[in-house]
Amino acid sequence: MSAIPMPAARAALNAERARMHARRKRVNAIALTLSLAAMAFGLVWLVWILFETVRLGIGGIALSLFTEMTPPPQAETGGLANAIFGSLVMVLLATALGTPIGILAGIYLAEYGQKTWLGSTTRFINDILLSAPSIVIGLFIYAVVVAQVKSFSGIAGILALSLIVIPVVIRTTENMLSLIPNALREAAYALGTPKWRVIMTVTLKAARAGVITGILLALARIAGETAPLLFTALSNQFWTSDLSQPMASLPVTIFKFAMSPYENWQKLAWAGVFLITFGVLMLNILARVLFRNKH
Amino acid sequence: MDAKVDLSVTEKAKLSVRNLNFYYGNFHALKNINLDIPAGKVTAFIGPSGCGKSTLLRTFNRMFELYPEQRAEGEIVMDGENLLTSKEDISLIRAKIGMVFQKPTPFPMSIYDNIAFGVKLFETLPRAEMDERVEWALKKAALWNEVKDKLGQSGSGLSGGQQQRLCIARGIAIKPEVLLLDEPCSALDPISTGKIEELIHELKTDYTVVIVTHNMQQAARCSDYTAYMYLGDLIEFGPTSELFMKPKRKDTEDYITGRFG
Repeated sequence: MSAIPMPAARAALNAERARMHARRKRVNAIALTLSLAAMAFGLVWLVWILFETVRLGIGGIALSLFTEMTPPPQAETGGLANAIFGSLVMVLLATALGTPIGILAGIYLAEYGQKTWLGSTTRFINDILLSAPSIVIGLFIYAVVVAQVKSFSGIAGILALSLIVIPVVIRTTENMLSLIPNALREAAYALGTPKWRVIMTVTLKAARAGVITGILLALARIAGETAPLLFTALSNQFWTSDLSQPMASLPVTIFKFAMSPYENWQKLAWAGVFLITFGVLMLNILARVLFRNKH
Repeated sequence: MDAKVDLSVTEKAKLSVRNLNFYYGNFHALKNINLDIPAGKVTAFIGPSGCGKSTLLRTFNRMFELYPEQRAEGEIVMDGENLLTSKEDISLIRAKIGMVFQKPTPFPMSIYDNIAFGVKLFETLPRAEMDERVEWALKKAALWNEVKDKLGQSGSGLSGGQQQRLCIARGIAIKPEVLLLDEPCSALDPISTGKIEELIHELKTDYTVVIVTHNMQQAARCSDYTAYMYLGDLIEFGPTSELFMKPKRKDTEDYITGRFG
C-alpha cells in the first residue's frame, strides 16, 4: 500500500472516523448528563440543609442568645451563652493541643519515616484512629480520665476532641508534604541547608495551604461532635470557665434541647445549629481569604 | 573499557575523581571513573540518556546520600581531601559546591528571601550588607534589571527562564568554589538559554563550573573541557575543541556527529 491512501480507502476511512466521532460524542453527552445529575443530587441535600437551618434557626438569633444562660424548660427568656463559650473554649484548646502533635507526626511520616517499620505502623494505626467512631473515643476518655478523677470535666472534653483532631492533621500534613516535589528538597539541601531547616522553611512552607486546610477540616469536624462530649464534658446549665468542671457545649445542648418536648428548648436548638453551621462556614471562608496563595 | 582513558589535562585540578564507582541498589551506574575537573574552567559532561553524567555530577556534592539505596565508592578529592569520606559536615561541603537543577526550583518565598536564604545559613550580615549581597548575586545572574522593583514578590511568579537565573543567583550568593549545573537549560526557551550560556561564560572567572547537557552545541559553545560518557563509562575526556574537532575514539565521533545516540 502506498503512503497516500487511494480515494476509495480514504472515503472509507473518513466514514469510519465520522462514525466513531459521533459515538464518542454520544458517550460524552451521557457521561456529562450523569455527572451533572450526581452533582445536583449532592447539592440538593446541602442546599436543603442550609435552607432548613436558616429557616428554623434565624428566628432564634437574638442578642440574648449570646448573653443569657441555657434556660429551664418553658421559661420565657434564655440563651446559649454558656454553651457557646464552652464550645469555643473546648474546640480551640483541642485544636491547639492536637495541631502541633499532628503536624509533628505528619512531618515524621513524610520526611523521616516513609519506609521504616515505625513509620508504616504509625500510619496504619493512624488510619484506624481516623475512622474510629467518635463515641469510642468518648468512652475511652471516660474510662481513662473521667472514671479516674470521678468527675466530668472540660479537660476531658478537650482531650477527647483533640484525639479526633490528631489523626486528621497527621493524615493531611503527611499527604501535603508528600506532594512537594523532591527537586525542591534537593535544591534546599544543595545550598547546605540542614534537614530540620529544609523542612521548616521550605517544604512545610510550600505545603502550608494544604496543612492549614487540614487543621480547618479537623476544627470543623470537632465543632459539631456530640458523642465524645457526652461522656467527658457532659453539659452544664450554668456558666463556667473552670476546666475541671462539667462544661456546656453547643452540640450537646442541641442534642438535649432538640429531643425535648419544650418549644423554647427546640427553638434554641435550631439557633444553635444555625450558629455552628455558619460559624464553620465563616471560618473556612476567612481562612481561604487569609491564606490565598501569597507565595 | 579496553583502551586507557586519556586524562592528559594540564590545568590545575579543582576536583580529582579517582576510581569512582556508583551503585543504585544493585545497579552499577558509574564504572571506575577517573577524571580531573580543571579549576576556573567550564567542564561539560555529554552522553546519551542514562549514561551516568547526572549521577557523576550528583556525587560531587553527595546529593545521592538523600536516598539510602544509593552509594558511591572511590575518591573525589578537593583541596587534598576525599569528599566522600570527609569528616567535615555535609552542609559545609555543599556550601563550597553549589548546584543548579534541571527544573527551576524557587522556594516558596519572595525573590529577595530566595537569595538571602542560603546566605543566612552561613553568615550573619547586617541588613545593608545583605541587600548588597542580594543585588550582587542578582546582577551576576543577569536578573537584577528584571526584578529590582519587585524583590518582595514571590519567586514562583517569575517566568521559567527568570526562575532558573534566580536559582543560579541563589547558588552563587553563598559564594561557592564550584558550581554544578544539571541540564540547566533543558526547560528553557532559546533566549533564556542564551542568557544562561553567557552567564556561564562569565562565571568561570570566579568559579569552577561543571555542566551536564544533552545539547552538544551548548557543550561546544560554553565549555573548555568535555567528557563523553556512555553506559556508566567515561569514554573520552579532553579540551572541548579537540574532542569535537578530532575525537580520539570512534564512539565519541559517532555520538557527536549524530550517527548514534
